[in-house]
Amino acid sequence: MSVIPFPGAAANPDTITEDSWQALGQHTVARIALGRAGASLPTRETLRFALAHAQARDAVHTPLDSTALAATLTQAGHSVLQVQSAAANRAQYLQRPDLGRRLHPDSRAQLLAQQAGGCDVLFVVGDGLSSLATASHAAPLLAATLPYLAEAGLHVGPVVIASQARVALADEAGECLQARLVVMLLGERPGLSSPDSLGVYLTSAPKVGRMDSERNCISNVRPAGLPYPLAAFKLAWLIRAALQQGSGVALKDGSAAEPGWAALLARSQSALLA
Amino acid sequence: MYHITIGPRRYHFADLKTLLARASPLRSGDLLAGVAAASAEERVAARYCLADVPLRDFLQHPIIPYEDDEITRLIIDSHDAATFAAVAHLTVGGFRDWLLSDAANPATLAALAPGITPEMAAAVSKLMRNQDLILVARKCRVVTAFRNTQGLPGHMGVRLQPNHPTDDARGIAAAMLDGLLYGAGDAVIGINPATDSPEAIHTMLAMMDEVRLRYAIPTQSCVLTHVTTTLELINRGAPVDLVFQSVAGTERANSGFGINLAVLQEAHDAARSLQRGTVGNNVMYFETGQGSALSAGAHWGADQQTCEARAYAVARHFSPLLVNTVVGFIGPEYLYDGKQIIRAGLEDHFCGKLLGLPMGCDICYTNHAEADQDDMDTLLTLLGTAGIHFIIGVPGADDIMLGYQSTSFHDALYLRELLGLKRAPEFEDWLETMAITRAGRLQAHGQQPPLLGLMETVA
Repeated sequence: MSVIPFPGAAANPDTITEDSWQALGQHTVARIALGRAGASLPTRETLRFALAHAQARDAVHTPLDSTALAATLTQAGHSVLQVQSAAANRAQYLQRPDLGRRLHPDSRAQLLAQQAGGCDVLFVVGDGLSSLATASHAAPLLAATLPYLAEAGLHVGPVVIASQARVALADEAGECLQARLVVMLLGERPGLSSPDSLGVYLTSAPKVGRMDSERNCISNVRPAGLPYPLAAFKLAWLIRAALQQGSGVALKDGSAAEPGWAALLARSQSALLA
Repeated sequence: MYHITIGPRRYHFADLKTLLARASPLRSGDLLAGVAAASAEERVAARYCLADVPLRDFLQHPIIPYEDDEITRLIIDSHDAATFAAVAHLTVGGFRDWLLSDAANPATLAALAPGITPEMAAAVSKLMRNQDLILVARKCRVVTAFRNTQGLPGHMGVRLQPNHPTDDARGIAAAMLDGLLYGAGDAVIGINPATDSPEAIHTMLAMMDEVRLRYAIPTQSCVLTHVTTTLELINRGAPVDLVFQSVAGTERANSGFGINLAVLQEAHDAARSLQRGTVGNNVMYFETGQGSALSAGAHWGADQQTCEARAYAVARHFSPLLVNTVVGFIGPEYLYDGKQIIRAGLEDHFCGKLLGLPMGCDICYTNHAEADQDDMDTLLTLLGTAGIHFIIGVPGADDIMLGYQSTSFHDALYLRELLGLKRAPEFEDWLETMAITRAGRLQAHGQQPPLLGLMETVA
């Protein structure tokens, strides 16, 4: 997040007690050494916090622009299907996680009507709790991952865009489209400093009723977290492994031991520093 | 079977468990569980019926079967019939009236606590408005001690929560220092670790203990890891002050946490045997929260507030130093908005105090709940007036490890200034010695507060 200058920051130094340990901020992104007005937060900090919370709230409540995302994915050469969960709106989605895990009956019928004949890997892109994460990071992550899958000779199905979706909705989509493995890309619950984290969930032999212990997860995918090239490398490794031995807690992520990981890591770190 | 006729409608409630659930103030978790009243009128109808239920019925009709649940067995087997005799003739409605009367004073309430069961506390809370929950809780005094004394009238503690997403020692130390220089940390300095590696947790415990010894800080430390990990670390000789564990109100939910009463007893006894407390030996730190039983599929059809009160039966069996309801952490599918979070915080604090617990509250929310800082200010102020045992202190209210908003060091100072609430006396004396406070208020610091040397401890 960029720092928004606060015009009155230096206007009244007499009324704000600044903290002499501001240098410790190099060790943590926690909000330390904020200073005080009396015993309370200075205006600048109240505003900085309010802005971060506003961005997190917007990430939760702004609807995913499925049409725009579909256009982007179509342009990238994907066949795209758009579906809804059984949750009618955001308020219901937030209070009824069970509804967000199931397809709306119309969407289920729509997927069952596809005569595609199955696939190795199905990608489902869901809004989750941060449409900002999905809109920003789903397409770039897909683009970075597909070359690995093509190299492995895997058949990738159409991309399903799902609204008001929770992780387990992908199980039903994968079952309808006869996928060997489903990968859900989903906006994670936003934190104050990370409104746009994308989560990735892999489930082999998807069907309704799979448990969370039968999945593997990659979290915090975003340029300031786990950047696309690293996330794609990890995801491709997990996809290949899960197709062989099945997903779940027994499958441990061994991607960092592969040749190629160290070079990618070094490249990402130098890109971040630049 | 309970029933009542209101105008043209007749309401039936099959048993006590159903009656409690239907009488509970509206919240999303009870809707999700399918146990909430179907209408506003049904909710009040249930309260009419509940008001007429004799308190002794809760002893005769456990809401979760005695044979199936060790928490029910604990509640029934440890019930103190002699102290209960003072209110045994009352109904739930009569009990509310008695609690609000002058007959209920700090001494009578403290004496009565072992005679009250969680279900009685939950039941009466459902007939109480927020002001009742505040007024009665304020009359309940619970004093606990380890290296300082907490819960004295007019006092409130703060848990310093210096979390870091990768458990980085310097990141944790920087947040610790910030909190201490803001006068926080008397309840406990407690880290939620990102890892569950015993070696890493040992390192964190050693670091906090070194800082405490170097500056002679009269407080206690804790790494909030699983009780079995703490037990292992005690056996390895790690400097463990307090044993932490999340607890819930049913045996099955606790199984989901990987615990039972026996393992809590073992850890409690191990920590006691270390004799690390100087002014007291309350060695347990428990956390709870409405919705934990339902989220584990272990609520037995009971409402989430009643399940929460049952968790306090687990806590009080071990004479804890601190109990913390993490009220808004679980998310909007259990507590939807600021109104529901505020109500739940007041209920939990009241029930805990009535049952004799040193009840604190993590006044908090997540970004997908319909809540904001104004709601937290409201709950903070209400709990301050209600005599809360302790609150949480996180730098700037933003927990960068757990990804939620709690209360800040500044929030604690606000409440102290507003209500004149003091810190634990031993800790306050130390702050004065370190020139951090004078007469209870923060002093302006020079360029180099002596405590800054703390960073060298972890360098």
